Amino acid sequence: MLALFVGFGLVVGVLFGFFGMGGSFLVTPALLMLDYPAPVAVGSGMAFVFGTAVIATLKHHDLGQVDYKLGVIMITGTTIGIEAGRASVYYLESMGLAGGVISVAYVVLLGGVGAMVTRDALKGDGGGVDHEAADKDLDEYEIPEIAKKIQRTVRIPPMVTLRGDVRVSAWVITAVAFATGVLSGFLGVGGGFIRMPAMIYAIGVPVPVAVGTDLFEIVFSGGLGSYLYGQGGGVNLGIVAPLLFGSALGARVGSAATAVVNSDDIKVYFGGMLLVGSIAVGIGEVGSYLGNSTLELLGLVLVIGAAVVVAFAVLYTTVTSLRVTRQQQTSAAD
Amino acid sequence: MAGLEIPTWDPETALLIGVILFEAFVLYAGYGGLERLVGPYLMDLVVGGDSSAR
Repeated sequence: MLALFVGFGLVVGVLFGFFGMGGSFLVTPALLMLDYPAPVAVGSGMAFVFGTAVIATLKHHDLGQVDYKLGVIMITGTTIGIEAGRASVYYLESMGLAGGVISVAYVVLLGGVGAMVTRDALKGDGGGVDHEAADKDLDEYEIPEIAKKIQRTVRIPPMVTLRGDVRVSAWVITAVAFATGVLSGFLGVGGGFIRMPAMIYAIGVPVPVAVGTDLFEIVFSGGLGSYLYGQGGGVNLGIVAPLLFGSALGARVGSAATAVVNSDDIKVYFGGMLLVGSIAVGIGEVGSYLGNSTLELLGLVLVIGAAVVVAFAVLYTTVTSLRVTRQQQTSAAD
Repeated sequence: MAGLEIPTWDPETALLIGVILFEAFVLYAGYGGLERLVGPYLMDLVVGGDSSAR
């Protein structure tokens, strides 16, 4: 079981490091399918996100991509949201509905985000983090039209100025933070896959600042969420420690891979993985409902298998790209 | 809704979260050091390198 957690952490770390999102997306449903109680699956998933976010924020801080003012305002909204989400998990647990409701929410969310990423990737637009865009200067970023409209329409004071000369109402930031906080507390996810696009399209901050600030914010929301779940006995160090051991290495490899691989090549696999994940959770839940252990096992194999396949696709493409580059350098030198 | 709960001080849980935080710092520093130490060797091994000879 220890080796399984380290290996799974490694796989999730590669995906998190490469795509900048999806850290806990696979962990909580996998733990639910391994028959851990819902508060332990969600609490340990959140503690895992907390640890991974600490490591990723340290990297982004060095690159100057963290807006601490934005982060502090978002923490306020997220703190209330995460508590509301967490309280609803315990409420559902007391009614014996938590596992089912969380699984259904996962199916909808994984399927929705998976379909969106796959559609964008097939259009050539790409989902998740644009690695090339992350290398631009902050003042080169154009604010999305929808963000400009929100900035013009919602001018409730206090107004705040963020990095990249973005001026926005603190209430917009708080609303985005609260909504994603509820999601984070309820599902035990970092919420980055929703919060990051929300920061870009609703608040209008540049992409790298959205990524760095999101991670900084997850350190606090994940830390608080883990603490609250920990008080209820929901954090299992025997799960979190080996997952983190694997994910810290995987995240390093995944981050390094972004420098050599065109992420558009693989985003379609990532979207497909989320779609397979949603189907897997659905199959597992049907199996659990029917008392069919074969279906439950099939669900678990599918969710882990999809993550493993995409992680290997990332590694394979990275090694292939490096070999091509090396051969070109050798030919040029000859 | 079960109602909002104010976090209360719990040394045992604080220690648990502290251990996770400590592990994250150790892993960040440890893997960073490891990358500097064996990274070039691993790259040559995986990519089939001749960079060291060049």
